[in-house]
Amino acid sequence: MSPKTLYDKIWDAHVAHEAEDGTCLLYIDRHLVHEVTSPQAFEGLRMAGRKVRAPEKTIAVPDHNVPTTAGRENPDQMPEDSRIQVAALDQNAKDFGIHYYPVSDIRQGIVHIVGPEQGWTLPGMTVVCGDSHTATHGAFGALAHGIGTSEVEHVLATQTLIQKKSKNMKVEITGKLKPGVTAKDITLAVIGETGTAGGTGYVIEYCGEAIRDLSMEGRMTVCNMAIEGGARAGLIAPDEKTFAYVNGRPHAPKGAQWEAALDWWKTLYTDEGAHFDKVVTLKGEDIEPVVTWGTSPEDVLPITATVPAPEDFEGGKVEAARRSIEYMGLTPGQKLSDIEIDTVFIGSCTNGRIEDLRAAAEIVKGKKISVKRAMVVPGSGLVRAQAEEEGLADVFREAGFEWRLAGCSMCLAMNPDQLAPEERCAATSNRNFEGRQGYKGRTHLVSPAMAAAAAVTGKLTDVRELMT
Amino acid sequence: MDKFEKLTGIAAPLPLVNIDTDMIIPKQFLKTIKRSGLGANLFDEMRFDREGNEIADFVLNQPAYREAEILVAGDNFGCGSSREHAPWALKDFGIKAVVSTSFADIFYNNCFKNGILPIVLPQEAVDVLMKDAEKGANARMTVDLEAQTVTSSDGESFSFEVDSFKKHCLLEGLDDIGLSMEKASSIDAFEAQAAQSRPWV
Repeated sequence: MSPKTLYDKIWDAHVAHEAEDGTCLLYIDRHLVHEVTSPQAFEGLRMAGRKVRAPEKTIAVPDHNVPTTAGRENPDQMPEDSRIQVAALDQNAKDFGIHYYPVSDIRQGIVHIVGPEQGWTLPGMTVVCGDSHTATHGAFGALAHGIGTSEVEHVLATQTLIQKKSKNMKVEITGKLKPGVTAKDITLAVIGETGTAGGTGYVIEYCGEAIRDLSMEGRMTVCNMAIEGGARAGLIAPDEKTFAYVNGRPHAPKGAQWEAALDWWKTLYTDEGAHFDKVVTLKGEDIEPVVTWGTSPEDVLPITATVPAPEDFEGGKVEAARRSIEYMGLTPGQKLSDIEIDTVFIGSCTNGRIEDLRAAAEIVKGKKISVKRAMVVPGSGLVRAQAEEEGLADVFREAGFEWRLAGCSMCLAMNPDQLAPEERCAATSNRNFEGRQGYKGRTHLVSPAMAAAAAVTGKLTDVRELMT
Repeated sequence: MDKFEKLTGIAAPLPLVNIDTDMIIPKQFLKTIKRSGLGANLFDEMRFDREGNEIADFVLNQPAYREAEILVAGDNFGCGSSREHAPWALKDFGIKAVVSTSFADIFYNNCFKNGILPIVLPQEAVDVLMKDAEKGANARMTVDLEAQTVTSSDGESFSFEVDSFKKHCLLEGLDDIGLSMEKASSIDAFEAQAAQSRPWV
């Protein structure tokens, strides 16, 4: 048998039908659903008189629109259009009999944080959701990717997706990371290297010592942004850390099934000699704490660098860089560490997990914020509760941070948490697109520790200067 | 789904790389529970100022391009969010084909579900078509899906690749779900086998 990659193995285990031209029906083990990209799909089912084929494998949670302020169980807290979307999800979950975590449930949170937390996401699975950051679940060695609403409807109706296989890409991060460098810096540095279209047509497997050394939280951060590099999905082979994380979660297998699952999961790795169509290798020790300066996640530089000039680029990127620099209100040659920050946002499916909050609290502890506003939006109600138990919430509150309820919040600013025009934000989220966090808002993507550093100094800051 | 066979129409040039789905349809318009009506807000923040007035120099506000049916765009069109609202907005505005050197994966798939043809061509071809699009309303481009060609207003023709299954569905306007449901016995068989081999799922 020819050697297989991890992606090949998961793919082969899920092909329910293959046509002569290679078009497959890929079976979907977990379908995650949120309020923004699902209403039209459920409406489509109703109009065609179809039902959800596997409601027991379908999990819904409202996250994109929901307010993150106290009293949000009261629907009057929400603007009417948001309320209608959340109400539609409530009703669809009830009508079609799918698992559901409403805002009143402590387990509610960002769909990509809830899935792993509840043990819905397991190694070797196929996981889809009408959200591009579904790539997050790849950290468990699950083939996970975002889909459009038509595909959401297709999965609801058939529990399959029409797919052709992607190519295999390996991203290896060798050696150790330096102090102050985190999973977020790895994933941004990779996109800086490959560009936002570098992964188009591929599924990425992240490997190497620096990836192995990451916690499950860190691995989720790395895979989360695979989509920002254009890849369909990101994967990390499961190992003892993965199994330890999964073990005992509410929907993880138990007893004899656990043992059987473990036996299979331990075969989920890339065989020696398996073929990759593209390989990118970065040395862990070469990665610095990074920030984005522009309006594409590929606009990445070490915090020690300066704002580039449009003429530093080639082709269409010259005009894009000119536009970005103007939009961001920066000057070529300006030191990145001189950029003053108005707002700090810590949260999102990229960096809203407990380890992220611990890393930020470590920097913030005993200090006060020097920005106009700073907020922490935990990724789930359970992350929030744990952070309160560990005293992290007090650290943030005492420093002047707002301590919010769980949701997507200012990552995409669909709820009331938005930037004003020209307001400049250091954010732990995943996209710095024009208008992403609010009309004319300016976003610099950073790690949680770097966001915390910016909050206490009032400007983009090399976190290593604050580490003792 | 609407069929796509052959189209001759005005092409609008949008020579910007990395046009993301937040640009195509900003998040405030995702709060709808319908698929229709999004064309009014296509490229909203590039097309209108905060008071809702048109920004005159944006390409789709120029008289020559208001009836555009084809976009010629820079690399990596449709990157970012999976929102199908992006192709819904393009379709509702009247755009039926987009030409670029590359498309983001999810957006590319979403187009085919909505009767829009995304066309990938090499940089040199996109450069020629971009110049052609810049000529304005009198320069009409032709996209022929059956023949897999795009032809500029002065007759220069470029061949493009498209997946045979996607092409078939678009030419016939087929409903994916109906097609997949015809394979229900394969899905049943897969589920029965998976229940044995991976019972924890």
